Amino acid sequence: MTELSAHLPQFQHGQLTENFPDNHLSNTNDNSERRRHDNSERRRNDNPESETNGQPQNNIQQVVEQDEEDDEELTLKYGAKHVIMLFVPVTLCMVVVVATIKSVSFYTRKDGQLIYTPFTEETETVGQRALNSILNAAIMISVIIVMTILLVVLYKYRCYKVIHGWLIISSLLLLFFFSFIYLGEVFKTYNVAMDYITVALMIWNFGVVGMICIHWKGPLRLQQAYLIMISALMALVFIKYLPEWTAWLILAVISVYDLVAVLCPKGPLRMLVETAQERNETLFPALIYSSTMIWLVNMAEEDPEAQRKASKNSTYDKQAPANQTQNEDAEADDGGFSQEWQQQRDNRIGPIESTPESRAAVQALPSNSQTSEDPEERGVKLGLGDFIFYSVLVGKASATASGDWNTTLACFVAILIGLCLTLLLLAIFKKALPALPISITFGLVFYFATDNLVQPFMDQLAFHQFYI
Amino acid sequence: AFFWLVSLLLSSLIWFIAVKASDPRDEPLQKGLLIFGVTFSVLLQEAFRFLYYKLLRKAIKGLVALSEDGCSPISIQQVAYVAGVGFGLMSGAFSMINLLADALGPGTVGIHGDSQLYFLTSAFMTMVLIFLHTFWAILFFHGCEHRRWWEITAVVVMHLVVSGSTFCNTLYMGSLVPSYLLMATAATWAYLLSGGSAQNLRRFLLCK
Repeated sequence: MTELSAHLPQFQHGQLTENFPDNHLSNTNDNSERRRHDNSERRRNDNPESETNGQPQNNIQQVVEQDEEDDEELTLKYGAKHVIMLFVPVTLCMVVVVATIKSVSFYTRKDGQLIYTPFTEETETVGQRALNSILNAAIMISVIIVMTILLVVLYKYRCYKVIHGWLIISSLLLLFFFSFIYLGEVFKTYNVAMDYITVALMIWNFGVVGMICIHWKGPLRLQQAYLIMISALMALVFIKYLPEWTAWLILAVISVYDLVAVLCPKGPLRMLVETAQERNETLFPALIYSSTMIWLVNMAEEDPEAQRKASKNSTYDKQAPANQTQNEDAEADDGGFSQEWQQQRDNRIGPIESTPESRAAVQALPSNSQTSEDPEERGVKLGLGDFIFYSVLVGKASATASGDWNTTLACFVAILIGLCLTLLLLAIFKKALPALPISITFGLVFYFATDNLVQPFMDQLAFHQFYI
Repeated sequence: AFFWLVSLLLSSLIWFIAVKASDPRDEPLQKGLLIFGVTFSVLLQEAFRFLYYKLLRKAIKGLVALSEDGCSPISIQQVAYVAGVGFGLMSGAFSMINLLADALGPGTVGIHGDSQLYFLTSAFMTMVLIFLHTFWAILFFHGCEHRRWWEITAVVVMHLVVSGSTFCNTLYMGSLVPSYLLMATAATWAYLLSGGSAQNLRRFLLCK
């Protein structure tokens, strides 16, 4: 069993890189479609918020100025709350990843590479290695770009069912297979004797409850916990299977791509958003909820508002009832931190692809003064891809840094500060923003700086017991 | 915390350049460079504390402008306290965490003739530094608020003295005792500045 599981992931991963969530057969097109769809769904999800943003204020002309002032003040007041609400899950995810990296050696062992990064980094010369890693990163990024464009196309042609099924399969794979491997490795590390029957029961329960929570209804905290776990699993996979220089390059390029895709007028994510706006599809959240693939960290109940308005304007009758249901679902959720977390099932293959969308999902919810909405019900959305890449950065820092904990801590603080800044910008601009660039830039700068500059300094200081 | 980190980064950059530019085998020179690095780092830290103060001042002004009743939801003293805690925690974490990680593993303290109290003294020193950073931030911000430059210089001088006293490690008497005394001084000073008094303290302790 141990041998088998050791080889299986490699095989699976190799296969998976093509068809990420699909273990048995993969259809890259399906994946891209799903991802696209997810992204488009996410886009649509974002759109309702931005539309809702505008709508209440348009409707209530008399108090529009007061609304704006209230908006600003409330945004700032609750901005801090949102920041804290985002800090906790991001921190938790990072903590889980770092704890696993430090204790379970499986994730720092080189067991091969993903098929998306075919060039090895164990070359004779530095130049060769650099070239290989650049090629690897280029391949990854082009895969993501292709997937995103396919998704835009798919969204335009409304192939929703395929995406739905694909997402279900991906989450199945993630929840069952990867957590099984993770559990196996944890048991190996702590030398815990375990029989198959118990393991089967545990994994079955974990997986089924996860599927229900994420794709259907469930207690909010449980949903959040599952999304954190899934993000952590994905990040661990990345840390394991991406070679050194490739990983750093990919992180850098992905944040650039994120920036471009979300902000440029011809960027795929931007186009998705615009398409969703044209179709006035504010019902997407319903689709997203039910298909359970795209969940964004949603801190507020802005969705019910959006959906209520959307259902009035909706041109899709069949989606209207789904909307209503979703409204109820959303309202049944805890208003404080109701969460839609983006599913990262597809991430294995192209988390990068979905992340730009999740990036774009960072969006401050406006305060709806017209409703008797609880001021607590306001929030920010953050895509799961963001979680994953933050955790990849911190995990890699803890795994491969000579400065060890100093570097990890420095990257952690840098990422959180980047997140703060991003949320601040979000509060100012009130539209979908990429959450990766600032944090990843800070994180990378601090990683390399701390590892090379601060580490020797602190070492010497500790050696002589000088204190600064 | 972020600001302390940035100051640490810059100071280590300076030190690194100095080290690379000098002869690595010359022991006293290296130690001298280290001392230079430490002093520079202290000065940089205080500079960043000042920059942080400026930033927070602007933020509070913004909050006041936006608030309903003209007063900010958070006072400058609270901000000073939080800033100090942030600085202290970051400095403490960076000083201690590798030590702690190593302490989990196997090994003997001071087997090569070094002090056997290494871990203990490191822990105490770190603790005193964290406290000191908190108090210094309160003093510093208060000095900046009321334009009392002597307060600010006192903080900088205290920091330099504490760091300097660690230069005579491993003679722990020379570093730990003065540091704790300075901490007590700073603590009472900050307490008085924040509006506390002996009366308040007595009432608090007797739970009135």
